[in-house]
Amino acid sequence: MLDSIPSFFQDFDATALNLMLSAPEIFLLVMSCVILLVDLAVKSPRRTTTFALTQITLAGAFVLIFFVMRPRSLEETGVYAFGGMFVNDMLSYALKALVYFTVIVTLFYSRRYLHERQAMCRGEYFVLALLATLGMSVMISAHHFLPLYLGLEIMSLSLYAMVAMNRNSVAATEAAMKYFILGAIGSGMLLYGMSMVYGATESLFISEIGERLRILSVLDISSNPDTVLALGLVFIVAAIAFKLGAVPFHMWIPDVYHGAPTATTLFIATAPKLAGFAIMLRLLADAMPVLSVDWQSMLMVLAVLSIAVGNLVAIMQTNIKRMLAYSAISHIGFMLIGMASTDTLSFGDAYASTMFYVVTYVFTTLAAFGIILLFARAGFEADELAHYKGLNQRHPWFAAMMMIVMLSMAGIPFFVGFFAKFYVLKTAVMAGYYWLAAVAVLFSLIGAFYYLRVIKYMYFDTAGEEEAVARVESGFFVKALVSANALGIALLGIFPDFLLRLSRTSALSILLLQ
Amino acid sequence: MTDLLSLAIWTPIAAGLLALATGSDRNAALARGIALLGAFLGFGVTIPLYLGFNTTSHALQFVEYRPWISAFDIAYYLGVDGISVLFVLLNSLITVFVVLAGWRAIQSRVAQYNAAFLIMSGLMNGIFCAQDGMLFYVFFEASLIPLYLIIGVWGGPNRVYAAIKFFLYTLVGSLLLLLAIIYLYLKSGAFLIAEIPAEFETTHRAITWKALPLSIQEQAWIFFAFLIAFAVKVPMFPVHTWLPDAHVEAPTGGSVVLAAIALKLGAYGFLRFSLPVTPDAAHEYAWLLIALSLIAVIYIGLVALVQADMKKLVAYSSIAHMGFVTLGFFMFSALGIEGALVQMISHGFVSAAMFLCIGVLYDRTHTRQIADYGGVVNTMPKFAAFFMLFAMANAGLPATSGFVGEFMVILAAVQFNFWIAMAAASTLIIGAAYTLWMYKRVIFGAIASERVRALADISAREFCILTLLALAVLGMGLYPKPFTDVMHTSVDELLRHAAQSKIPQTPQIPQIP
Repeated sequence: MLDSIPSFFQDFDATALNLMLSAPEIFLLVMSCVILLVDLAVKSPRRTTTFALTQITLAGAFVLIFFVMRPRSLEETGVYAFGGMFVNDMLSYALKALVYFTVIVTLFYSRRYLHERQAMCRGEYFVLALLATLGMSVMISAHHFLPLYLGLEIMSLSLYAMVAMNRNSVAATEAAMKYFILGAIGSGMLLYGMSMVYGATESLFISEIGERLRILSVLDISSNPDTVLALGLVFIVAAIAFKLGAVPFHMWIPDVYHGAPTATTLFIATAPKLAGFAIMLRLLADAMPVLSVDWQSMLMVLAVLSIAVGNLVAIMQTNIKRMLAYSAISHIGFMLIGMASTDTLSFGDAYASTMFYVVTYVFTTLAAFGIILLFARAGFEADELAHYKGLNQRHPWFAAMMMIVMLSMAGIPFFVGFFAKFYVLKTAVMAGYYWLAAVAVLFSLIGAFYYLRVIKYMYFDTAGEEEAVARVESGFFVKALVSANALGIALLGIFPDFLLRLSRTSALSILLLQ
Repeated sequence: MTDLLSLAIWTPIAAGLLALATGSDRNAALARGIALLGAFLGFGVTIPLYLGFNTTSHALQFVEYRPWISAFDIAYYLGVDGISVLFVLLNSLITVFVVLAGWRAIQSRVAQYNAAFLIMSGLMNGIFCAQDGMLFYVFFEASLIPLYLIIGVWGGPNRVYAAIKFFLYTLVGSLLLLLAIIYLYLKSGAFLIAEIPAEFETTHRAITWKALPLSIQEQAWIFFAFLIAFAVKVPMFPVHTWLPDAHVEAPTGGSVVLAAIALKLGAYGFLRFSLPVTPDAAHEYAWLLIALSLIAVIYIGLVALVQADMKKLVAYSSIAHMGFVTLGFFMFSALGIEGALVQMISHGFVSAAMFLCIGVLYDRTHTRQIADYGGVVNTMPKFAAFFMLFAMANAGLPATSGFVGEFMVILAAVQFNFWIAMAAASTLIIGAAYTLWMYKRVIFGAIASERVRALADISAREFCILTLLALAVLGMGLYPKPFTDVMHTSVDELLRHAAQSKIPQTPQIPQIP
């Protein structure tokens, strides 16, 4: 029956390779091979050359986006490469630029930390970081199940290795093991789900799947629920939840965040969320908008559970990395609320609010781990909450920066976290899910408690005898970067218009693709 | 000239940031100097607001309108009417006293202390000036942060508990407020509390919340969301328990701001949101508000009677006095609302003075227990005289400001229902009982201990502060007309508006522009 459906490829030149459209990815790949070789000749234990080359590569990829971007493409639908497997639309430009930027900042923050732990300061770490970035980049642009899965695996495998990089640490090895096994299960579920969707639609192209599902629904075949399709959808949603870390698929998050070296935790906690958002959008909103009623209700369950579990368990943590892990879970829940609030009126707003939330979350998390990394030194991780007792007396400036980060995460205005929460709640109310908004609000109140507790440690307590954060050994540049990051959160809270517009345009580009 | 309100908001905040920049306690003197200058400047820029205020108009004055976040139709929309202008002045004036009160008492992290108060002062002015719902909310919630820090950093032994309780309690309310605001936004298409004056060019003219038709069910939901938000802030019985904790643990300046200004935010919210936006629900549930107010007046008054800690006693008396304010609002008469407003301003002066007096004693002896005192009049006669005046004002003695508001509210209550008036009037007895009994135990009698014997009378700085407050209390008590004149037209307009039903007559869906 499906043979009678006109091919999606009639609309554009399927044979066109359009290699230049993927210039940033190609550049990343070539340079990571070059850096791997160059590093053999680098003698300095600080790996200055490798580090500089890595940053230049990322900056170069960032600049290339603007060359690839068509001047009029702000409103235009996407342009395809690799015969429709690869798409460049506003969403992919924006997310890729953000990913490269995030990774650059991440590596600046991690440099001294890596240097102080010689097992980690190897050329491979930087190459793996580049490859992970490549993976995310591919995920963001993938418009076909195969590159999407490939991108996901490139990223995940690099991340597993980055977690395990510190071979001397038992916790890191355990975290890597856990991450690898659960990640593999997640990937397996994704593949399984994809194969079922393929079985139902006979296509791996995301645009084509969308088209065929729409036609199938018009032909009213969906009134007889297609079991294969439904199962496939369930597996795909579960896999996305796995990768993002939504409850009940969150088990790996606390252990990996806690066990991994802080530099790697920072890496895992930031840019991959953007890529995860991208595949969620591509798989659900782009490929299966027809089934939105089904995935919407699944996402709602995940969202409520994530917000509840994340916020409640975070209260009991004494380790700041673990606390931020649970806080990440609850933020993922908020993100999913935005995604789940798709109603015929608010499709654009739903995706835009989710994107705005992810982007602000990534910025905020960058600053949070950036501050932790500032205080870490050789033999001291600065990752217990108690280490931050009385921080205000010793480093009033960075205490204030940390306070901004915590208040933003708690969703207190004038910080950007507030507008992120506001936008998501607005979307939920707009779609008529009052109860969802009420639940989210209730648990964000509980969440406020543990963010306030960090401020309590820094401001209300005085440092005792125990080990605590001491001097900051980082250079001026990194200190300035962390400060700019934190102050940027405040500034974005006062002037969120640019980021809002960016999120809207990107989210709309998804709708224009169809 | 036109940007006076922005100046009133941002001058103290800028001064606060400047004071913060002085850094460590080595520059404490500089930080204090900058803070005092900033507080005076902040008060200075609000004086033209009063002088230039047109009391014959109920329209918003000194209006500023700029788009802020166009993606959400949020505007930086400021304006004051006769209801809010006095609070801007009161707040800016109290800030001067607060900075002076911490002059000697605060010796650690002076720059941060003063910065927190100045920034808070600016944010509170923002709350009173905001005419955009989201702008109001942003200021409303942001003002929690400095107060949280003030209680937590410079507070008493149990400060962490009190600070977190304060923050979470008020956050519950404000999050519900947020949901209500979002609903109103989606319904009306903007955050306009009041009409934008015609001279400002805007692309879209959305319907204001005042004019937005709402069914009785919608109004009820919104009304209760507002109620919880503002009742926590006022605070009303039974959500008042954070206040005594916060007051006891806060440093003197914190208590002053909390009592004089922060409590007024809740009551102000009732006037700005509950009455105009949900008038039908407000009429429908007025009985509940009146009942809770009476419980606050009588029951909390009795609770105050048994307190052993002076600050706690004044904290409970604040709750009882605020009960009078909410009682005045929900009888829907001009006399009641004006009386409540006068009571709010008077309570701003009186409670500030009471806490400052307790602070004077606490700075010298480091105890607030009534039992530790006795015979203070023998060592501090000047102080005893001031304290007497403020205690009398707290009890509502005629010729003090405390009397005017209570009397007006009781008069309104008599018109409304005799038994309510009767219950409300009992405050004149209970209030006198707890205040004067405390005064007697602290000030009179034989000298209780060596600590009391060693007390030194008030310094010139303290004398100045208390004199100014005493003048305000007496002035307002003897001649309240300058205050009531300002608010009269706006209150009439508010009542006229609150008397109109907003339930859509034909069952049609209001248009979202």
